[in-house]
Amino acid sequence: MKKLLKIFLIFFKIGSFTFGGGYAMLPIIKRELVDNLGWIKENDIYNYYAIGQSTPGIIAVNTATMTGYSLCGIKGALAATSGFIMPSLIIITLIASFFKRFQQINLFQHAFAAIQVAVVALIIDIVIKMWQKSDKSKISLLIFLLAFLLLVIFDLSPVFVILGSAAAGILIQYYRGNLQPAYHNYHNQNQESDK
Amino acid sequence: MIYLILFLEFFKVGLFALGGGLAALPFLQDLIVKYGWMTSAELLNMIAISESTPGAIGINTATFIGNNTAGIPGGIIATAGLAAPSIIIITIIAHYFESFNQHPLVKSAFSGIRPAVAGLIASAAFELARGGIFNLNNLQFNNNLLQFFDYKSLFLLVIIFAAICKFKKHPIFYIMAAALIGIIFKF
Repeated sequence: MKKLLKIFLIFFKIGSFTFGGGYAMLPIIKRELVDNLGWIKENDIYNYYAIGQSTPGIIAVNTATMTGYSLCGIKGALAATSGFIMPSLIIITLIASFFKRFQQINLFQHAFAAIQVAVVALIIDIVIKMWQKSDKSKISLLIFLLAFLLLVIFDLSPVFVILGSAAAGILIQYYRGNLQPAYHNYHNQNQESDK
Repeated sequence: MIYLILFLEFFKVGLFALGGGLAALPFLQDLIVKYGWMTSAELLNMIAISESTPGAIGINTATFIGNNTAGIPGGIIATAGLAAPSIIIITIIAHYFESFNQHPLVKSAFSGIRPAVAGLIASAAFELARGGIFNLNNLQFNNNLLQFFDYKSLFLLVIIFAAICKFKKHPIFYIMAAALIGIIFKF
């Protein structure tokens, strides 16, 4: 129980000092759980983050859940995740309570009209960074454009695009012959490491 | 039953938001249009506040939309809905597959998902800009185009984007700078 409370409090602290995406939380997790407490190894954090990136959901929440699970099973996962999202709940609930009233002020309206433009610029920057991290092949470009057009023109739900693109990724790798040998290698490696 | 709708819809966002980097955004944009919970401009405001306050952007935005739609309980329920799939899926994955992300099938699926998510986020940016900034949703082509298109905002968009590429500062820096520009030039 004492450990669960500690996990909750540590992730509350991590949630309070993480601005933005999941990557921003890694140095704080390292300082708290590796340097100060020695509960996990530094490499484990990066593994949890990597798994968090390839599982559904907000990456920061996935990483918190994964770390909490490794420390104390399902209870640890719940303690870490609820601790991590608690500061958001408190801060945003407070801001939301007076935001509507502030919206009436002229100065505020001018500021936010320009801020909205900045947010769009920041989102475009994220899209470009995501593209640069991809393999930049012609097929990836086709998937990118298809996803964009299906939503903008046909108003398709993003759920179908995610499912369709996952299926397309598997099919493409299969036809390129990347899947079958890699699949065997993966199993061979696992068997070797088991020995 | 608004609480049930909030929980289930945000559960769905948590289940399908894959690939990181604002992956939840296209789903949130889809949601606010589907239910009319808020305008594009309001969603952009909330993203700006979510980027400038502690916590994951997806979680902050979920709390905001839930709170805006159904008060404090709404904020809590939307956030719980968003986090629930993570807890369920991670617990299963942590239990059964230690090297889940190294599995060839997962890697292949993500070779398709990554560019698609970039496309989805681009479409959300396009829709938010169209509805929230440039007000092109009610465009009628028999009218003068100049009257509708907001050149001041487009100019600011280009300048801020150039600044992001050049300076690579934290998003809060650009949000604050934009707030000042908005006040000085009366946007």
